Amino acid sequence: MEKKKSSFNSAKLIDFIKKYAMVIVLAGVLIFFAITTGGKILLPMNISNIISQNAYVFILTTGMLLCILTGGNIDLSVGSVVCFVGAVGATLMTMPLGSATSHLPIPVVILAMVLTGIAIGAAQAFIIAYIRIPPFIVTLAGMLIFRGLSNIVLKGLTISITDYTLFVKLFGGGADCFIPDLFNLKGNLNIPFNITCILVGVIAIVIYIASQIITRAKRIKKGYEVEKFVPYIVKMILITAVIIAVTVQLSRHKGIPTVLIIVMAVIIIYSYITQNTTTGRYFYAVGGNEKATKLSGINTNKTFFLAYMNMGFLAAVAGMVTIARMTSAQPTYGMNYEMDAIASCFIGGASAYGGIGTVPAAIIGAVLMGVINLGMLIMGVDQNMQKVVKGIVLLLAVIFDVVSKRGFKIIAKN
Amino acid sequence: MAKILLEMKNITKVFPGVKALDNVNLQVEEGEIHALVGENGAGKSTLMNVLSGIYPYGSYDGQIIYNGNECHFTNIKDSEALGIVIIHQELALIPYMTIGENMFLGNEKGQKWKIDWTETYGKSEEYLRTVGLNESSHTLIKDIGVGKQQLVEIAKALAKNAKLLILDEPTSSLNEKESQELLDLLLKFKKEGLTSIIISHKLNEISYVADKITVIRDGSTIETLDKKVDDFSEARIIKGMVGRDLSDRFPKREKNIGDICFEVKNWNCYHPVYTEKKIIDNVNINVRKGEVLGISGLMGAGRTEFAMSIFGKSYGEKISGTIIKDGKEIVLNSVQEAIKNKIAYVTEDRKGNGLILSNTIKFNTTLANLDGVSKNGVINSDKEYAVAVDFKEKLRTKCPSVEQNVGNLSGGNQQKVLLAKWMYADPDLLILDEPTRGIDVGAKYEIYCIINQLASEGKSVIVISSEMPELLGTCDRIYVMNEGRIVGEVDGETATQELIMSYIIKSDN
Repeated sequence: MEKKKSSFNSAKLIDFIKKYAMVIVLAGVLIFFAITTGGKILLPMNISNIISQNAYVFILTTGMLLCILTGGNIDLSVGSVVCFVGAVGATLMTMPLGSATSHLPIPVVILAMVLTGIAIGAAQAFIIAYIRIPPFIVTLAGMLIFRGLSNIVLKGLTISITDYTLFVKLFGGGADCFIPDLFNLKGNLNIPFNITCILVGVIAIVIYIASQIITRAKRIKKGYEVEKFVPYIVKMILITAVIIAVTVQLSRHKGIPTVLIIVMAVIIIYSYITQNTTTGRYFYAVGGNEKATKLSGINTNKTFFLAYMNMGFLAAVAGMVTIARMTSAQPTYGMNYEMDAIASCFIGGASAYGGIGTVPAAIIGAVLMGVINLGMLIMGVDQNMQKVVKGIVLLLAVIFDVVSKRGFKIIAKN
Repeated sequence: MAKILLEMKNITKVFPGVKALDNVNLQVEEGEIHALVGENGAGKSTLMNVLSGIYPYGSYDGQIIYNGNECHFTNIKDSEALGIVIIHQELALIPYMTIGENMFLGNEKGQKWKIDWTETYGKSEEYLRTVGLNESSHTLIKDIGVGKQQLVEIAKALAKNAKLLILDEPTSSLNEKESQELLDLLLKFKKEGLTSIIISHKLNEISYVADKITVIRDGSTIETLDKKVDDFSEARIIKGMVGRDLSDRFPKREKNIGDICFEVKNWNCYHPVYTEKKIIDNVNINVRKGEVLGISGLMGAGRTEFAMSIFGKSYGEKISGTIIKDGKEIVLNSVQEAIKNKIAYVTEDRKGNGLILSNTIKFNTTLANLDGVSKNGVINSDKEYAVAVDFKEKLRTKCPSVEQNVGNLSGGNQQKVLLAKWMYADPDLLILDEPTRGIDVGAKYEIYCIINQLASEGKSVIVISSEMPELLGTCDRIYVMNEGRIVGEVDGETATQELIMSYIIKSDN
């Protein structure tokens, strides 16, 4: 086993920075805001808020990553689709059936919303993948079409869904959309923690550590190479620490926001798909070199189709989350959501040319954006200035990505 | 004795792992047509790229003396300023611009902020007439044929006040009549005092047009022939171009050749864009089990197009013909079907069409056969890793780990990853297109060993190569292809480069 000191040199440092750049930046930004806001950003309520407020970003970022992987293509229609699916959902939910008090059951509404999203995704995907119209154009058209249709469906009005508590609690990130504490010691024994939340955190840590150890043991047994021991342990400790910190803060607030379950499910499922399935492989292959992929016997049209259809599906999920959090549907919802998702992916190191990027990294990009948003909000930074800062962050992140891959040569060869 | 216009002295150019030019000398007199001949990869184009400044001063060793002065070109602009203009084999014209716009692209008439279109189009017409092209300068490039485009390129060069015109394979995409016209045009310009350097494979054309011929082989100048003194026959030129010994560059193989297992009959294929242009013309070939079959030919002979059109119709339009594998006729409409029928095509363009450079060796190794390492669409990463390591060791790929990105490997190792990918697809027939292009001698030897290994396992291997010694050294049988047709079939043991060349040249005439 090598000693940490002896293996330390500048080439390794550069590799390390390249690999964990955004994590380092995120930590730096958190520390910066912790100081400038007097620790307010780390308060339980704010940690909880970063999750609930940005739930839609996490979900959309995951879908957008797949599109970007296929070759740096983006889906501009996402925000409008979120709004449209929300509008359809709210309309169906509040539609009187016979008598004024009977309505469609919530599961039916959810199904309808999901199907709407998938249908929209599939339609755009077909045009992109099989007719081969550039995604930029197709989704730009989609952005206009579904923004307009949202307005038409809602007749330009707001539909409130405050009364549909089951739906709101299921998808919401609002005031009391939390997983109830099964033990409820808070009230009885005056313990300031949500025990259910702590329990879930502990289970998560156990599963995480166990899976790490098992994989490593398996690899060693079969004689495959493994990560060096010290970085492996350090990484494990750091991730565990983050889980603990988040869990404790959440439990001191109101517990696990229900929307976190949805977000985690999306992240885990899509991380798995991209890393462990053949379908996931194809996204990387197509974006890395479409011709080579075709000549490897892979159906590239289908791969493009899946990426954009899936984006429609995740836009529908984000649509549910959005109207649940707002407890209403409005024609202006979802404005600029696509930009948040695109920015998160690129900040998270996805290549603008396709073929490179991971779900966890893109999520870190999204968290970074969320932290910057909230931090500036707490600091009372002017709205317009916030946009300026976000723009600069996006630009710097992508410049850093490109330049570091060139071996830190700033100017490209002519 | 005429004045020496250009002298290139002791030019040496090294690419990572390959010495492309080794002390090359070239002397060109004013007002002559000087031909540069040699096999593909001999270094002709590299030499011209050094001359025109594409490889800037400092990236090579040696001297360039032009018009009596030593030159240090750092880019094409520098050389063009002195009247050295190169016309590349792939035409550098923009299809959706007019002839006039193309002619002055980068050399615009008028002021910096205001292009003088009257002057542009007026001058264009003038130059077009000089090259004998009867087209309006407002015509779009895409609307004229390749032959005329070539003339536009020449007119464009003249518009830059060319004193020394370099033409890289100017007739490779022209038909006979167009070629003849082009050569006559060069002779006409020669009378008017223009000096040209012409690179060509078509030796009959060179004998016709050139005053001197410099032969380059393996990055060195072999000889310069003078029309006034030397024999200019094709046989004499070929002798200079080839004629190296083949000892020990190729590993020996135990031959164990079985029955015919793969046959292509009456194969025809048309260009994917210009669908009236026939690319493959009634080709018939067969391969036996355990046989290494070569397909020889010059660049543009249609070998790659032929291979790709067989491989699930991945090239061309209006494809017709039959494929018979193991006695049964098969139809391959997609790459998937070709792979399913155990056929693999290893591309000549490993970076463009072969590998995902942004991903790992492991990723690339299993890409053509992900079913082999997955179950119900879920990849077994342990098994995948094991497969990648297995091939890495079998092919002796030099890399720190199979998690390394392919983009960081040398050409030879990239080629091995590409081979591994297709070997893992477990084909009966492997078509290797230029399997040793751009890799060094050591890695070449290893690739030949892999080819031998595959053949001795009873697989059929088709090797497409522009390097004749390579085909002679590795193949049991060689088809000679030219202009989309099979023009000869020779035995690998007894064939010579002269014999193959003569088949090609016979079919050209």
